[in-house]
Amino acid sequence: MTLLALEDATVAYGRGAAPAVDRASLAVEPGTNLAIVGESGAGKSTILNLLLGLRTPTSGRVLYGDRPLARRDRAMMREFRRDVQCVFQDPYASLDPRRRIAAIVGEPIRSLGIARGDELDRRVASALERVGLPADAARRYPHEFSGGQRQRIAIARAIVCEPRVLLADEPVSALDVTTRVRIVDLLADLVASSEMTLVMVSHDIGVVAELCEETIVLERGRIVERGATSDVLGAPRHPYTRKLMGAVPRLP
Amino acid sequence: MRRRALTLSVGILLTALIAAIAVVSLVWLPHPVADTSGGRLTPPGVGGYLFGTDRLGRDLTSQFMIGARIAMITGIGAVVIAAVVGIVCGIAAAFAEGWLDDTLAGLLDVLIAFPTLLLAMLIVAAQPATIWTAVLAIGLAQSAIIARLTRILAKRVLQSSYVTAARTSGTGWFGIVVGHVLPNIWTTLAVSLALQFGLAVLAEASLSYLGLGAPPPNASWGRLLQESQQTVLVAPMGAIVPGILIVVLVIGVNLIADGLRDRLDPTSRERAAA
Amino acid sequence: MSLLSVSDLTIRADEKILVDRLSFDLDEGERIGLIGESGSGKSLTTLAIMGLLPPGLTAEGSIVLDGTEIVGARERTLNRIRGRAAAPVFQEPRTALDPLMRVGAQIAEPLRRRGARGSALKRAVGDLLAQVALADENRISRAFPHELSGGQRQRIAIAIALAAEPKVLLADEPTTALDVSVQAEVLALIDEIATAREMSVVFVSHDLAVVSQVASRALVMRRGEVVERGEVGAMLAFPQHDYTAGLIASAKRFEDALERRMGS
Repeated sequence: MTLLALEDATVAYGRGAAPAVDRASLAVEPGTNLAIVGESGAGKSTILNLLLGLRTPTSGRVLYGDRPLARRDRAMMREFRRDVQCVFQDPYASLDPRRRIAAIVGEPIRSLGIARGDELDRRVASALERVGLPADAARRYPHEFSGGQRQRIAIARAIVCEPRVLLADEPVSALDVTTRVRIVDLLADLVASSEMTLVMVSHDIGVVAELCEETIVLERGRIVERGATSDVLGAPRHPYTRKLMGAVPRLP
Repeated sequence: MRRRALTLSVGILLTALIAAIAVVSLVWLPHPVADTSGGRLTPPGVGGYLFGTDRLGRDLTSQFMIGARIAMITGIGAVVIAAVVGIVCGIAAAFAEGWLDDTLAGLLDVLIAFPTLLLAMLIVAAQPATIWTAVLAIGLAQSAIIARLTRILAKRVLQSSYVTAARTSGTGWFGIVVGHVLPNIWTTLAVSLALQFGLAVLAEASLSYLGLGAPPPNASWGRLLQESQQTVLVAPMGAIVPGILIVVLVIGVNLIADGLRDRLDPTSRERAAA
Repeated sequence: MSLLSVSDLTIRADEKILVDRLSFDLDEGERIGLIGESGSGKSLTTLAIMGLLPPGLTAEGSIVLDGTEIVGARERTLNRIRGRAAAPVFQEPRTALDPLMRVGAQIAEPLRRRGARGSALKRAVGDLLAQVALADENRISRAFPHELSGGQRQRIAIAIALAAEPKVLLADEPTTALDVSVQAEVLALIDEIATAREMSVVFVSHDLAVVSQVASRALVMRRGEVVERGEVGAMLAFPQHDYTAGLIASAKRFEDALERRMGS
């Protein structure tokens, strides 16, 4: 069963202005990692906000399982939030600087009423371990960690309630190239070892190639190409996709 | 590093001095303040009157001490009112968007453009003057400044990535305000509130000087200044001492604000910790 | 004599050493790359060359730019040679331009310092905009930075750098914050201009593929030290140091993933 889907979703800001997202349809199938590729202004963030239930489309629908996502339905949203989590782009901005790591990673569990007290602590410790951070990290603050470690903390927060869909917004763009490899490996491991499906928004074709089986290409709010990553990158049909592929700098 | 600690220490010292006088005045005064038996305008040092007496024969020292109490009450009272009203309004305004946002921002700007004093006078003129009317008026006038600052700070936090993360974690708006917004803005607000303390004391002194504050003998320093205007050449202490006390308290509180800002600034804390 | 000669440059913040005895030379028309990850000291090096180290950091050693010693030089001396000897292009197009000034005026500033006025000034601004391939110059010239895209802003930043006719262009991750297609265009632009003006380039980046397109020689920096240097092609094919090999392997990882997808 489709985990999450967009059905002809449009996000428009009023007359005259071009829509940020124009009649986009996509489906997240369990076990098939999906990449959403596009440049800035293409509408990636808006699509992400739709998939995260942070925004309602001006027309079209967001589907959670087989039901339309009703943002005012508290019970449904609680279930949805437990199932769909996100890793954000900037590891220096996505962690509350005033909170300890334990509180940051434990927030979804606390807010969604999943567990309390010792059980909560146990789950937090387990999540930290899965992302390769030492247990004593829980007592520290974000500023004590490097960019790569902070992204691990963000990933720990995203997986702590065992979601079925892990959305990732440019998860490695802000990181050094050697750190990038480690985080990409971590994501690959986590996805492989659990029931999670990855939906990654990125402009980095190399990372997309590494992690995702399916790819969607966005240009100015419209989906211009979609299919298996090997097809989209290997034999791009749309001129925009071809242009993107041609622009990627390669080692000699 | 040393200068910072010094600023805070000196500030605390000066403020504590005035606070101590205020606290003592609750349990002990050199002479009962309504007692006019000292003889008019007795010079300082004579007859057990440390600073002499005023036109009606009342002990000046006791009045100065009561003035300290009133200054502290005003400062604390006004700041508490400004904080409660200002922060609540500011956070509410931070959630506004579009035209409502612009309207609220404009409204706050207009309120702030009114001098605190003028605003306080408008509020106070409608009521018989007591210390509490002055405190309320000053507090409300200052709340506009706190509200505007809170709105800007809260808005910035609300737009941050970690608040988006909190939303996707299922945290409700109340939880976000209490758990993310307030912890990230309180230090800047604390510094601003410390500064407002000093301004409140000055505002109260001005109001009293104009006769809109508490009437004698439970008069504030401002009122004492006004009363000693006519006799300043004959009995200067009546004007000099309240003036000095006001300066000491306001400088003390401002130094605390400076010292706090250096101490509480999260980026400098990070540097110290790193 | 070299156009730029850095000898034993050491940059410190209190006790901590951020750049450790860095040395390299740059001749006229040459392009050199500084490769490194965050914390390598590569950006500090370009700032030091311009005499723009932030307060709290000290520089020792020697930087001789177009015959003038930069380390320890007075502000007046530095002002004379900034722009003329070397001009910077920084990473973030959002913060490199004054948000309250029209971009045409910003390009005009260095030109005005060199004495251009009136219609000659206007023509010069137009020329520069044409050189950075920004058509519709009247509209662009009167625009504010926030009205332009990231790629356009970066081109303006390059135009401003070129306005003073520098001998060395110091480019610190100039394309990192740009989309991949825009990146390709801006890189081509830098290449074209550098060739046309016989300008030397110091190109700082963490991206090996990008550096290999722009520079002929490169230094690999790690935590303030140079771990390897040499001709770019040779270095990428036969890295001598483990760290360099590690960087190449990481970059190759994603390229290989791409190849595999495309091949399958």
